[in-house]
Amino acid sequence: MDPTLLLVQGLNGLQLGIMLFLMAAGLTLIFGIMNVVNLAHGSLYMIGAYLASSFQEWTGSFLLAVLLALPATALVGVVVELVTIRRLYARDHLDQVLATFGLILFFNELVRVVWGKAARYMALPAALAGHVELAPGVRYPLFRLTIVSVGILVAVALYVLITRTRAGMLIRAGASNRTMVGALGIDIARLFTLLFGLGAAMAGLAGVMAGPILSIESGMGEPILILTFVVIVIGGIGSIRGALVAALLVGLVDTIGRAFLPPLLGTMLPPQAASQAGPALASMLIYIFMAGVLAFRPEGLFPARG
Amino acid sequence: MEARFRALALLGAVAFLAAVPLGARLLDTPFYLTLFGRIMIWALAALSLNLILGFGGMVSFGHAAYLGVGVYTVGILSYHGVHSGFVQWPAAILTSALVALVIGAISLRTSGVYFIMITLAFAQMLYFLGVSLKTYGGDDGMTLPVQSQFGGLLDLGDATTFYYLVLGLLLALHYVIHRLVHSRFGLVIRGARSNERRMRAVGFPTFRYRLVAFVVAGSICGLAGVLLVNFVKYVSPAFMHWTRSGEILVMVILGGMGSVVGPALGAFAFLLLEEVLSSYTEHWALILGPVIVLLVLWGKRGLAGLLAPRDGT
Repeated sequence: MDPTLLLVQGLNGLQLGIMLFLMAAGLTLIFGIMNVVNLAHGSLYMIGAYLASSFQEWTGSFLLAVLLALPATALVGVVVELVTIRRLYARDHLDQVLATFGLILFFNELVRVVWGKAARYMALPAALAGHVELAPGVRYPLFRLTIVSVGILVAVALYVLITRTRAGMLIRAGASNRTMVGALGIDIARLFTLLFGLGAAMAGLAGVMAGPILSIESGMGEPILILTFVVIVIGGIGSIRGALVAALLVGLVDTIGRAFLPPLLGTMLPPQAASQAGPALASMLIYIFMAGVLAFRPEGLFPARG
Repeated sequence: MEARFRALALLGAVAFLAAVPLGARLLDTPFYLTLFGRIMIWALAALSLNLILGFGGMVSFGHAAYLGVGVYTVGILSYHGVHSGFVQWPAAILTSALVALVIGAISLRTSGVYFIMITLAFAQMLYFLGVSLKTYGGDDGMTLPVQSQFGGLLDLGDATTFYYLVLGLLLALHYVIHRLVHSRFGLVIRGARSNERRMRAVGFPTFRYRLVAFVVAGSICGLAGVLLVNFVKYVSPAFMHWTRSGEILVMVILGGMGSVVGPALGAFAFLLLEEVLSSYTEHWALILGPVIVLLVLWGKRGLAGLLAPRDGT
């Protein structure tokens, strides 16, 4: 196995893992504390990317676009929470799935109406467009390293927020006993709305950072949403720590699998069979991984609630 | 009085469906034959989901997977020169049953949100498997080389014959599901939905009952896939896309869970609404999305609830 390729693919996996963590952290918190399954989380990711692309067009600055897109996505999240999600807290999961499925249909069509059908692309600023030489002869895109660093920063900030601040204390308390926190005089509804906004901002951040790598188009949120579900199920619903570990695992397994499984099969199978089975097996790998984890731990790696 | 009204309404609906081919010929609009044929196939898929969702309380968000398995089994056999329906159809139904057995055996170890997410993830896995099968068209899919052949017994190429075959299967399977949910087996899975702990305490191995229901639902949905691929003469991973699973769920809820005929009503209402909306604007999803949200927030009992009071049967 080529060590350079392994390094580069490992970093790619890390970068996918970080993106997944940004999505999963918000989703798992929203589920953990509010007991709501929010399928529209992928839509917030998509909206973050679209908004950033427009802000970049208007201001000409990538940084400014990011800084504007995050609060804007959080605002969209807050509005969504106030208009629909709020009415779903007391409902069963089936209702939540259906209602947020309706929201996805709405948002996917809305971006087609507002931004048109064609995919949009974001240009990277010159400062982030280059490559870094990690080792002699191993060049890696600077922007992908930026994603990894930003993700680690957000993860640390989230950790501090949850474990060291009053808001974090309320979030943890709300996750373990909502009724009691409400009885102690905390405005639970406002806490939920703010938390939903925070989750939306993180999903938006993931979308903004995906903008320059992928094309921005209607429906871009769903593939990552489903990967995020896999992450949450593996990590244990409601657990931030589980989300982090599972996101990195899924990112690495997926990326490394796609890079190394086809050549590995090529050494064992006739080339024609390997060229067919390799990509098929690689794309199924994380789901097989998930099934394997669940076979031993049906509640995920770090179950948050009993 | 109400029961009689309900029976009359259902009889009227069946009579209407039986008259569609005649009407389409008289009005010279074969479009309606295609439209109602397609709707009935989706109704079959919704009927099968309702067995586990409405009666078993298992919220499967990956039901389109079995539709896809049916589609691909027929497509792959046909691609390799096996055109006989007597081979293709049982093979497709068996494969769907087997896939449902594996997915069910893993997913049913969990419950609640885990179950929703896992069934979704497995369906997505099969979707990506379909996309990566380059021999069979990959992402774009492929045209079905030949419709299933029944040695002169049945000609699926004839639109009217095919239409009545679909109608016949739909009615027959409604009867099967009706008998099933009123049997001892149906009572056990309905009991497990209401109070699993009690059912287990009474001595029923609820996991096994659930798994059987899951496999039966998967097989019927596989049959819907077999019909669908012969109907549209096209094999594509798009049939397994997760939005298809979501749409089947919406049909069941729209029509009313826990009623045998509800899902079919839901399928008609949903697909006709889609048809009407899309004739007015290409951005029909902009209206359909909020309609689904409103429906969930305020229209809990579904269309079947309008016909009769819900009694859980």
